[in-house]
Amino acid sequence: MKDFRYIDNTAILKLSQESCIGCGNCVTVCPHRVFELHGKKAEIIDPNGCMECGACATNCPVTAIYVNPDDGCGCAAYIINSWISKLRGEISSKCC
Amino acid sequence: METPCGAVPRAKTSLSTRDKLGTLRARVGVIRNRYNLNPGLYCVGSPRDQSPVLVTANYKLSFDSLRQELSTIDAWILVVDTRGINVWCAAGKGTFSDDEIAMQVQKTRLSDIVAHRELILPQFAAPGVASYKLKKKCGFKARFGPIRAVDLLEYLSNGQHADEKMRTVTFTFGERLILTPVEIYLFWKPFLFITLAILVLSGLGPDFYSISTAINRGMFAIGATIVAMLTGALVTPVFLPWIPGRQFWWKGALAGSLTGFGYIILNNALFTTVEAFSLWSWIVAGTSYLAMNFTGATPYTSLSGVKKEMQQGLPVQCGVTFLALLLWLASPFIS
Repeated sequence: MKDFRYIDNTAILKLSQESCIGCGNCVTVCPHRVFELHGKKAEIIDPNGCMECGACATNCPVTAIYVNPDDGCGCAAYIINSWISKLRGEISSKCC
Repeated sequence: METPCGAVPRAKTSLSTRDKLGTLRARVGVIRNRYNLNPGLYCVGSPRDQSPVLVTANYKLSFDSLRQELSTIDAWILVVDTRGINVWCAAGKGTFSDDEIAMQVQKTRLSDIVAHRELILPQFAAPGVASYKLKKKCGFKARFGPIRAVDLLEYLSNGQHADEKMRTVTFTFGERLILTPVEIYLFWKPFLFITLAILVLSGLGPDFYSISTAINRGMFAIGATIVAMLTGALVTPVFLPWIPGRQFWWKGALAGSLTGFGYIILNNALFTTVEAFSLWSWIVAGTSYLAMNFTGATPYTSLSGVKKEMQQGLPVQCGVTFLALLLWLASPFIS
């Protein structure tokens, strides 16, 4: 999806190349083609393409990938609700 | 269809009028939250023990878009319980998970029905399903198929290989347009509330309160609200890639300034300059908010990004709304 770009340098996505075993799962599942396999290691080639869906981290067998773990569909109404719940000290699971 | 484990319902590969009506009502939003089907095993055609097993969510739209693509093959469809939520959202929320798939595999006794040990999952299940854990959990190996059901036949005939295009999410004009009815539908409650507030506020003036003024002035403010709604929830999503900027609150504000300006020009003779400025501000703020809310429906906005833009957008939207309100309340006293 090179024709849609969101805010640069914001998404939280980290890959530990030391732990990576080069299985290629992240390359397969990423819907924005953020990863590429170079030799026996995965590499983040488009960090700003990441939307934090978490597919790569879930499917990494050696937990070499870290993605923003906050749950949420990313719509404003949901985030406002979760902020309000936080202020009230409740846990919100409501979504739009 | 009969199997060693009892009858398995055979799904049609074309949609009936009732299905199409259901799709329409789900897309508009009326039945979106209860458009589901029973989890379990289904089939298309006359599958045998070597036929592929395709996994999907129990949201009826997901199931329908899958079965429609399978008119030329025999296959099993394993529908897992995602509480009627689509594949990607359910995976993101963790209900479309490896545990849930393993449970359905056991419940349907799939290993007695098919001879192979392989499941084909939609790629969008990946946020919730760790494919490498499935073998241990239920004896079946999982492979991620393409994102879109349209590509499934090619994927299957290709030796289960998905190319880059099949693995990349898109957000075409049609894909954006089809999301807009829900955006508008979900807004009916706030809209009712805003309409009431407008009718109360618009009647206030030097004579304290006048119903005829409330209706006369209120009409323009309600009209402006509708303009904001259509610009934020329809125009901005549809023209998204062509509106400058990356942040949605900004794209919305820009689109709203234009349509707001159009609204003012069209009704120019009917209200004062102060009122015009108030209505324009209201349209800009409302559009900006609704456009920002559309981030939840796109397939490319990260949660970190949305939070970031909300910290910038919300104060502006609140400020501009406050300005609009102030000018609206002040105008009967000024003119």
